[in-house]
Amino acid sequence: MSTRLDHGGRLIDRDRPVTFRFNGKKMPGFAGDTVASALLANDRVMVGRSFKYHRPRGIVAAGPEEPNALLNMGRGPRFEPNQRATTTELFDGLEAESQNHWPSLEYDVGAINQLASRLLPAGFYYKTFIHPRPAWKHVFEPVIRNSAGLGKAPKDGDADRYEHFYWFTDILIVGGGIAGLQAALTAATSGLRVTLIEQTAHWGGRAPVDGAEIDGEWADEWVQGAVQALETMPNVTLRTRLMGAGVYDHGYVLGYERVSDHSPADDQPRHRLWKIRARQVITATGAIERPLSFPGNDLPGVMLASAVRDYAVNFAVSPGQRTVVVTNNDDAYLTALALVDVGQTVPAIVDARPAGGGELAQEVANHGVEVHLGAAIAGVTGRSRVEGVKITAQTGTGTDPTEIACDCVAMSGGWSPVVHLWSHCGGKLTWNAPLAMFQPDPERPPTGADGQGFVTAAGVAAGVPIERAGEGLSNFQTLRSATEAAQSVCVRLGRSVGDAAMPAVREVETAPLAPVWIMPDGADIRLREKMWLDFQNDVKVSDVQLAAQEGFESVEHTKRYTTLGMATDQGKLSNINGLAVLSKALDAEIPQVGTTTFRPPYTPISMAAIAGEARGKTFQPLRRTPMHDWHAANGAHWEPVGHWRRPYCYLHGSETPEQAVAREVRNTRANLGLLDASTLGKIVVKGPDACRFVDMLYTNKMSTLKPGRCRYGLMCSENGFLSDDGVVARIDAQTFLCHTTSGGADRIHAWMEDWLQCEWWDWQVYTANLTEQYAQIAVVGPNARKVLEKLGGSLDVSREALPFMGWAAGRLAGFDARAYRISFSGELSYEISVPAATGAEFWDLLIEAGEEFGAMPYGTEALHVMRAEKGFIMIGDETDGTVIPQDLGLDWAISKKKDDYLGKRAQERSHMTDPERWKLVGLETMDGSVLPDGAYAVGAGTNANGQRNMVGRVTSTYHSPTLDKGIAMGLVLHGSDRMGEVLEFPGTDGKTTRARIVDPVFYDPAGEKQNA
Amino acid sequence: MLILDCPCCGRAADETELEGGGEAHLTRFGPGASDDDFERYLFLRGNPKGVHFERWRHAYGCGKWFLAARCTTTLEVFGTYAAQTTAPPPEIVAAIKARRPNWEAPV
Amino acid sequence: MPEARMAWNGAAFDGLAQVRELPVQGMISLRGDLASAPVQNAATEVTGAAMPGPRGVEGAGDSAIAWMSPDELLILLPHGTVQDALARMDAVLAGEHALALDMSDARAVFEVEGPAAREVLAKLCPVDLDPAVFGPGEMRRTRAAQIAVAFWQSGPHAFRLICFRSVAGYLFDLLKGAAHPAARVGVFDPSA
Repeated sequence: MSTRLDHGGRLIDRDRPVTFRFNGKKMPGFAGDTVASALLANDRVMVGRSFKYHRPRGIVAAGPEEPNALLNMGRGPRFEPNQRATTTELFDGLEAESQNHWPSLEYDVGAINQLASRLLPAGFYYKTFIHPRPAWKHVFEPVIRNSAGLGKAPKDGDADRYEHFYWFTDILIVGGGIAGLQAALTAATSGLRVTLIEQTAHWGGRAPVDGAEIDGEWADEWVQGAVQALETMPNVTLRTRLMGAGVYDHGYVLGYERVSDHSPADDQPRHRLWKIRARQVITATGAIERPLSFPGNDLPGVMLASAVRDYAVNFAVSPGQRTVVVTNNDDAYLTALALVDVGQTVPAIVDARPAGGGELAQEVANHGVEVHLGAAIAGVTGRSRVEGVKITAQTGTGTDPTEIACDCVAMSGGWSPVVHLWSHCGGKLTWNAPLAMFQPDPERPPTGADGQGFVTAAGVAAGVPIERAGEGLSNFQTLRSATEAAQSVCVRLGRSVGDAAMPAVREVETAPLAPVWIMPDGADIRLREKMWLDFQNDVKVSDVQLAAQEGFESVEHTKRYTTLGMATDQGKLSNINGLAVLSKALDAEIPQVGTTTFRPPYTPISMAAIAGEARGKTFQPLRRTPMHDWHAANGAHWEPVGHWRRPYCYLHGSETPEQAVAREVRNTRANLGLLDASTLGKIVVKGPDACRFVDMLYTNKMSTLKPGRCRYGLMCSENGFLSDDGVVARIDAQTFLCHTTSGGADRIHAWMEDWLQCEWWDWQVYTANLTEQYAQIAVVGPNARKVLEKLGGSLDVSREALPFMGWAAGRLAGFDARAYRISFSGELSYEISVPAATGAEFWDLLIEAGEEFGAMPYGTEALHVMRAEKGFIMIGDETDGTVIPQDLGLDWAISKKKDDYLGKRAQERSHMTDPERWKLVGLETMDGSVLPDGAYAVGAGTNANGQRNMVGRVTSTYHSPTLDKGIAMGLVLHGSDRMGEVLEFPGTDGKTTRARIVDPVFYDPAGEKQNA
Repeated sequence: MLILDCPCCGRAADETELEGGGEAHLTRFGPGASDDDFERYLFLRGNPKGVHFERWRHAYGCGKWFLAARCTTTLEVFGTYAAQTTAPPPEIVAAIKARRPNWEAPV
Repeated sequence: MPEARMAWNGAAFDGLAQVRELPVQGMISLRGDLASAPVQNAATEVTGAAMPGPRGVEGAGDSAIAWMSPDELLILLPHGTVQDALARMDAVLAGEHALALDMSDARAVFEVEGPAAREVLAKLCPVDLDPAVFGPGEMRRTRAAQIAVAFWQSGPHAFRLICFRSVAGYLFDLLKGAAHPAARVGVFDPSA
């Protein structure tokens, strides 16, 4: 029987009762409880089932190392699976349910797996589901997927908010136990900025639970005093519920703050991810107790000894009425004392050491507790919870055991320092043989930008220096280590620290630990198959031994083969025990076998915390032009272009997008179209060497352009491939305005600066990205001039004053404007730019003034169709990063006279001059239909794979409303020499479309309209 | 998550303010260059385990390019310096030698 | 004259700090050799502010000079005076290799004001905002979540941020989220 005691409970507030639900059943608890302590107080010992065999699983631990008590928590938009009951603070109204069982926790169909456990050894999946091959897809995988996985996936969007926080500190101390507090007290005297973070809601860690005495008072009192002292220091920041999740390069630490997990209704963000930069990090992360591997150690009721006393002292919960303690070290005697203290029965202590323990053992004996020395547990009785243990000799094979009735087993296999944060960024470990644990090797710390160590372990997390290993893990050792760590870190940061007071600690004399990895030592296979290493993933001693026998000598391979340590707890309890079993099976020393790699995060953190603000409206920046609101209010059907949103078309009434596009094209060609072209890149290039520079950037000779004139230009990468295109306007002798594609402005500006800063740094050129300074509107169609003339102003848009490919500045209806007479549609066209803040007003004016001329806005798709009708290429359609301008018949835009331009050398390579390169042509379907986008043309013969030879592909394809038929452009082998030939384009639907090779200019080849 | 000191504006820049630009100190080969030279310029890159010279742009800061000498295994930074140079300056070479005595500058 | 419209319609939000879009700010981008007298004079004459050093900002309110990079200044002026100032600068810069451009419309300006303003920024920008580290007179170009921003301290508890005009809505939404009244972090000294 697991019960709440009448008195005590360091962390609970008996004046604040709360109610929660577990599997639908209402249960009482207290503020300050964790879900785990509240469940135990309600005699809920079994809380889930294991992954593979669906064995009953109970709460084992009291902290983040818990492998079993993973619950579905919350409901609806606040539902989340796999929450650790041991680290979840209880609140009124909390709802939790157990996982990994069907139909119920108590009666689970999957538990049949355990009957077949001999047939499901390590590597079972790899061995069994290989043949017949098709069965994997149709039989095995669906069945495995159904039964695999812990918890349910949430169905609703997350209702909570999450955020990030950037924090800078000189010294970050992770862990708010006595070591962390002592380190902070010491470091704070240096005047440096000190940040101390603690993952739980409470300061002090284990020491108060273990009854430590510091400076003559109970550790809890000392802790309160230390916190109060630190709170008054302006250079110290203290924070609870903030876990050090990961340590990364150059002092970067991720902190995971559970802001309102314990108070979900208070509107605070749920989690806050701290992105911390620390010059030095001190890890005072304590240690985790190891289980012992004895038969039946996975039965609910078998718990870590430290957890049993955590529940008793912190929460006034006794997980059993009769608790047997089994240990290989002195520490577990504290549990016996704590239980005796609260009036519980400890029928026996099973100590694997023939000589037993030290001072604590004596104290326990004084209470009349029976101690079995050199003893082991040979089995645990009970079906879904502990009913008794069988005691035998540790050196034997487990025969003739004595049975003792009990309902709880408290086990201790020794301690493992929490080295995770030390290891994340490359800190190395060393094996402390006397204490049987890996600990940080201070000679090989993680190193920072200066090549020096930036992480220092302190307290129990540092282990014990080998030369002092005889002293064991002690409170004195912990505080001394913390003091020294803080001092050395301050010195490393160039500060001296005063003589930090090293508190006095009452020391307890201890006897050494005995490394015991399986119990009893001579257990046969029948018993070893019941010794669990990994409770969550069902990995047993026998599985690791089998892996070793099958040749998995590397610890990393064994881990993956057996799944040891691969569950959500990442082996916090199982790794060292598994490693010890493996090393024994391989007949090698533990340090030679090595450990697996520790990777962040320390415990799972929420995906939403990682996303932070990047969700919903702020998932990505959305770029809006000055006219965005008008588009939105007038039926815009949006298209993303980079981060911009541009109208694809404007839907009128019940139009489909196709109908709208056709209308917009026809209207523009017949009357007047208006296009928001503000997204076009606009980059100013100015300086005495501007001519030289633009001649290098563009393939053509841009420097010969006259002020007042515009010219179309191509830019290539150094690999020769076409990268961007656009119209350049010569502003004055030293100034060019380079237009880029909408998506290309930032990239091309960065590209220009790269060449100016890193290659031609002696050239006198300045650039500026003016893209967002101007709203730009294309006024297109036969009535374009009329509407502009109607606006009036000093800007003369007449044919004579502003001929095709000219530009002029002036005023249009009171707006400062520039007009560029360029055309991407083949029509009479002006692109007008005005300051962005006046763009919306200017657009309104044009719409209004254009009404009598049939003005209609058009979107990007009409733009695309019209440019295709005119045979203009589009970056990203006709180009894909492998196409050179020569492929597109753009030789006219490539200067033969220039010695050099970016990409010129590359275009001289044999493959680039190969006459077999596919060339751009127009394609006209024989039946007027639209060619499928990206379709390939097939030719005679087959390739080495027996496929038909490819002779071309479609790069752009549209229905032309102007010509009322399908038109396309494509790259075709010997294309320009094959005018009139008909190609076959097999589609993915089995049908073949036939198209004739034609000139790519379908519309007004003489250019009469644009020149009008 | 590196921090690099931008020598152009003097800020310690978080990696998220920076944009990497690959190997530094490449010699550009243009028209007239041999295929071998051009191949080396355009495609061949060192991938050293250890000291490496690389280009970085303080993209979200001052916008300038700079160069960094860094160890690719430990991420130790030996120094950052102006991009307007064709070889690592002596003080950078000295800083590297001080930390990696056996290191030889690539020819 | 057409009216210069704000990018986000002067949006405002009152939470941990007051967030509001400011009217269109006159801005001139000046690139040149910052050590040359004409460049310095062009900047100081039109603003009346002193020439800032690296990473600095000099001046107050609507008239200031901010150091943007080793060859770039941002000149802040009342919006209506930009064209006139550009003409004066062109005269001062005659014969000098320099580039001066009106950038007023390319950007949006927000003010974040209140005792918690620092932590609102610290939720979005990888910048040490400790009052002892970041104070008045400093121009910080950095990132706010996924966009480029620049900010400086404009008052005891006030900061001004500039971003590109097209992403004004994104920045406003970011600031609004970070300034949610129940999202106090409470780690910076509020008296600073």
